[in-house]
Amino acid sequence: MPATTEPAVGPPGRTVLDARDIARALTRISHEILERNKGHEGLVLLGVPTRGVGLAQRIAARIAETEGVTIPVGALDITLYRDDLRRHPARAPQPTAIPAGGIDGRTVVLVDDVLYSGRTVRAALDALADIGRPAVVRLAVLVDRGHRELPIRADHVGKNLPSARSERVMVRLEETDGLDVVRIADSPDAARPTEEVAR
Amino acid sequence: MKKHLLSSEDLTADDIATLFATAAEMHDVQRREVKKLPALRGRTIINLFFEDSTRTRSSFEIAGKWLSADTINITGKGSSASKGESLRDTVLTIASMGVDAVVMRHGASGAAQQVSQWIDAAVVNAGDGTHEHPTQALLDAYALSRHFGGDGRLGSLEGRHVVLVGDLTHSRVFRSNVITLTRLGAQVTVVAPPTLMPSGIASWSAAAGFATSYDLDEVLPKADAVMMLRVQKERMSGGFFPTSREYTVGYGLTRDRLRVLGPEVPICHPGPMNRGLEIAADAADAAQSLILEQVSAGVAVRMSVLYHLLAGEGTA
Repeated sequence: MPATTEPAVGPPGRTVLDARDIARALTRISHEILERNKGHEGLVLLGVPTRGVGLAQRIAARIAETEGVTIPVGALDITLYRDDLRRHPARAPQPTAIPAGGIDGRTVVLVDDVLYSGRTVRAALDALADIGRPAVVRLAVLVDRGHRELPIRADHVGKNLPSARSERVMVRLEETDGLDVVRIADSPDAARPTEEVAR
Repeated sequence: MKKHLLSSEDLTADDIATLFATAAEMHDVQRREVKKLPALRGRTIINLFFEDSTRTRSSFEIAGKWLSADTINITGKGSSASKGESLRDTVLTIASMGVDAVVMRHGASGAAQQVSQWIDAAVVNAGDGTHEHPTQALLDAYALSRHFGGDGRLGSLEGRHVVLVGDLTHSRVFRSNVITLTRLGAQVTVVAPPTLMPSGIASWSAAAGFATSYDLDEVLPKADAVMMLRVQKERMSGGFFPTSREYTVGYGLTRDRLRVLGPEVPICHPGPMNRGLEIAADAADAAQSLILEQVSAGVAVRMSVLYHLLAGEGTA
């Protein structure tokens, strides 16, 4: 991917969110999460690797600024729960880290960068069920690009981005890529799996 | 990774790193209430064991089950093999049932390699004669890596001096371990009495870059880890050493040698142990013993191997 070779420049395409837009979106999502939960009680943020983890940490940092409390943050890898395992070469799972208090009875907010088909979220729900029994599960995403294949919707969305299936939405974050930007571009190969599926 | 895992030679250092990273994630599943991942749902794995085994067979069975594969055990005793059916016919019969992988242990060196040429399913060598036991070597190296990493992290074996001691002639574990450990950058010394040192080891050790010794007491103080191997009485026709007592005095990890080793140096043994022969009870049960960690690492490592052989596109 271009971003990995030229992290400072980022992927080609039209910029949809720049660094300031991303910061604003995450601040808004943080407030929405607190409002919806009526405070910080029982909140656990679980980022979906790779980029969801950084986003979850940023949201937790904003909540800490607002509320003066530290929200448990973890990572929930969904590799082993995917329904397309046999369509790609076997990939190594990323770390899953569940905060020490666990998730039983908590309000778990799953955090991911792009919501597309919804299959990643379905896998995440399966993974959660194997780890514990949250009281409530919510979903926060930086970008919702539509084209759902499952009856799943996000509770908190940074930006709704109507897109064509042939387009690619590329999220780059400081933590993983050295810059904050969301861009959209025509896919060089329309048959190529989407960013979400190909992660 | 290749389609089969027949020899430790099949794995590059990168393959091993990937397998270990995956195993570390699989290891966490053992602490969960629900010990199950859906990754191999709908896959069928046959454990075909023509030799007795407790830990390897149950470890593969648990690994398969925790990945949601259907696992079936067939042992030599009680199967049609005991009626005189040839290995080829047994394997072809099983393969015709539509299995995705065959995990195989056999008393003949090269049996797994041979079977891989007869069937389409992935073949995992779970010990073939005195040849190799690649998943045992992986789990040994993985357990050591976790030990050196501390706090459940994976540490590097680069430059660590690992000493393997015992019945090298009959040990498949030793062969696979030397390949795996040297590939990970460890410095390896193998120690055995002259009668249990495999013939032709001089040229192999020169090529693979490991050392050999007949003197355990000389090597032991320089060890970062010691791996005791079982004296395989069942493979010996006698005459390899005068008495058990003499073997223990020369090559056993005795209480005295445990003191020389110090409390920081991890002790491994692939099991089953001959307590009092190659390893004293004090050493087997010492705080630095990794023997039970090896067993738990075995499940994680085998989950990782089965996952990488069977989960992806184009697998069996």
